[in-house]
Amino acid sequence: MRHVITLLVENEFGVLARIAGLFSGRGFNIESLSVAETLDPTISTMTIVTRGDDAIIEQVIKQLNKLIPVIKVVDLIDKEFVEREMILVKVSTTPQTRDEVLRIAEIFRGRIIDVGNKTYTIEVTGDEKKIDAILGLLKPLGIKELVRTGRVAMARGSKSSTEL
Amino acid sequence: MKKTGSQIIIECLKKEGVEVIFNYPGGAVLPLFDELAHAPFQKILVRHEQAAVHAADGYARASGKVGVVLVTSGPGATNTVTGIATAYMDSIPVVVLTGQIPTYLIGNDAFQEADIVGITRPCTKHNYLVKDIKELSRIIKEAFYIARSGRPGPVLVDLPKDILVESTEFKYPDKVTIRGYRPVYEGHPGQIQRAVTLILKSKRPVLYVGGGVISSNASKELIQLVEMLGIPVTMTLMGLGAFPGNHPLSLGMLGMHGTYRANMAVMESDLLIALGARFDDRVTGKIESFAPQAKIIHIDIDPTSISKNVKVDLPIVGDCKRVLGKIITLLEKEDTHAYKEGLQKWRRQIEGWKAIYDLNYRQEGMIKPQFVIEKIFELTRGEVIISTEVGQNQMWTAQYFPFMKPRTLLTSGGLGTMGYGFPAAIGAQIAFPNRLVVNISGDGSFQMNSQELATAVQYRLPVKVAILNNGCLGMVRQWQEFFYEKRYVCSSLEGVSPDFVKLAEAYGAVGLRATQPEEVVSTLKKAFSIREPVVIDFVIDPCENVYPMVPAGEPLNQMRLI
Ligand SMILES: Cc1ncc(C[n+]2csc(CCOP(=O)(O)OP(=O)(O)O)c2C)c(N)n1
Repeated sequence: MRHVITLLVENEFGVLARIAGLFSGRGFNIESLSVAETLDPTISTMTIVTRGDDAIIEQVIKQLNKLIPVIKVVDLIDKEFVEREMILVKVSTTPQTRDEVLRIAEIFRGRIIDVGNKTYTIEVTGDEKKIDAILGLLKPLGIKELVRTGRVAMARGSKSSTEL
Repeated sequence: MKKTGSQIIIECLKKEGVEVIFNYPGGAVLPLFDELAHAPFQKILVRHEQAAVHAADGYARASGKVGVVLVTSGPGATNTVTGIATAYMDSIPVVVLTGQIPTYLIGNDAFQEADIVGITRPCTKHNYLVKDIKELSRIIKEAFYIARSGRPGPVLVDLPKDILVESTEFKYPDKVTIRGYRPVYEGHPGQIQRAVTLILKSKRPVLYVGGGVISSNASKELIQLVEMLGIPVTMTLMGLGAFPGNHPLSLGMLGMHGTYRANMAVMESDLLIALGARFDDRVTGKIESFAPQAKIIHIDIDPTSISKNVKVDLPIVGDCKRVLGKIITLLEKEDTHAYKEGLQKWRRQIEGWKAIYDLNYRQEGMIKPQFVIEKIFELTRGEVIISTEVGQNQMWTAQYFPFMKPRTLLTSGGLGTMGYGFPAAIGAQIAFPNRLVVNISGDGSFQMNSQELATAVQYRLPVKVAILNNGCLGMVRQWQEFFYEKRYVCSSLEGVSPDFVKLAEAYGAVGLRATQPEEVVSTLKKAFSIREPVVIDFVIDPCENVYPMVPAGEPLNQMRLI
């Protein structure tokens, strides 16, 4: 089962290595990871997407909590949450496909942020389903390059997901 | 007042009550060594940095205090890794201070640079690179706090040379606040109440005791609980000594080389109370068939230990001592007498297993290792600190030496590090200069850290090394005999080891040898009477094996007996 885990960690060097090392050392899977500073510059927030059965996820969460610089761990599966990912995708175009690419971008509320002789670069933001859908449509047209930010997520409602 | 980094470290160590530093110098840490000249610590120069950590670890296990190590950068630091990993696996509080090249050179592949923080990240409880002298005292304070609190473990602090010589105002923080680290000691009251109910309902309970009982100093409470309820106790290798080994309710060790009755009792139990133990594969055997009828209560300070390998019915996160104390308080209101009486049948069933098969050997022909171990017990009446190496020597010691008190067995359980025992014995001897410390060793393991004879001689530490010399890497040979059709590849040491008596003498220690069973007692007596390091070469039966044995991955009741 897929889980989205949000953590607050001390904003200090080496924390990312500790977390990555924990996942690789214990054979846990990381589907995506994103990290950046919060409003409090001493704290960073991380969103980790991982997969595993209940026992594995229980271990993942306990092991994360055991790391000294990890301040808080929240498994968003227990809550309603929103998630987004941004991608930049460079699509090959020919005179015949240029319009179609434009249309697909428009349907997914993507933006063309760069135009080459034979390419469009599109920026799209969305949840997993939306991103999968647009990539599914663009793939047959020829994707030359793809970068993804990894997912970020947050609980719905007025409470903060990671309230300390 | 302004102080240099080196002076600050010394002030911090004083505040932490440090008495001994196991060390090995080098360029990157010379400023700190220079300051150590006037510092009130005992400075023990070992002969290999791995041994420094094992010695600090042995000191910590025997005394309950934090062991401290100081080494240089690069190779000095990398040499500590096995020691650190050993302490980590067994949850031993050690603080390792490593020198580092100056901050402005870090990352340049400078001379004797090693990313020791990166290397030891997965085998320390936590580690630090000090990048700013203003953080130094806080980091040292945290290092000691983290090492000794919660589930203890090793902490490494990497000290760049420029930090050691810079100056700043020194102020030792009064308290530690780490927002991501708050160990839970108390145990959930509701869960504790439920545990009491479960216990009183059980008919075939077993206490399964691990090293957590020793690190939380909970032996008194454990004994009290057992006296109240009459529940039999089995211990892991790490738990030996937490409960008196000669107590009628002690079943001895469980697991791969556990006693028949301990393993049978676990397999037949209806309630397993795990105390500070972690369901290691050497303990459980085939995990799916471990204690199949039992409900499991698991009391442990580390939440990650709970339901990691075995699904637990009733977890209690907390310190063993406090949780046991609360269980006892609740039980005092109950009719424990009737419960205890009710366990008669269960205890008789266990006695029956003992009658079917018990640990045994016959002292015929050459010296048997079990005989040596029994004689060490008899001669010392258990008033001794024993360290072991890894292999058959370790298992025979666990089986044949009834440890009576906590902190009297020093052994590498989790990592299984050959070469641990001798330096650990040195550390314990430093903690307790007037107690008898005996390292039960193998001819293979001893050669992994025999250079520490020089340390023992230099500081006149009367450690005794009893080598059970079977001319082979015995435990490897045993596995090859059982599972590889006696193809003894690279496990023989016959005729290729040094003369251990001469080796001891070359270092200025005393060397003794016993080749006949009749010589065992007199040789031990002689060794114990000498106030100097002594190496005893017991030439033992090379064919002796450790029984019973549950082959790896088999259920616990599938024991090979002899
Ligand atoms: C550092 C290290 N290397 C290898 C092993 C694997 N190993 C486990 S027991 C053993 C043999 C130990 O031989 P010895 O010290 O002579 O003890 P014996 O089993 O004969 O009592 C070996 C090689 C180990 N545990 N530790």
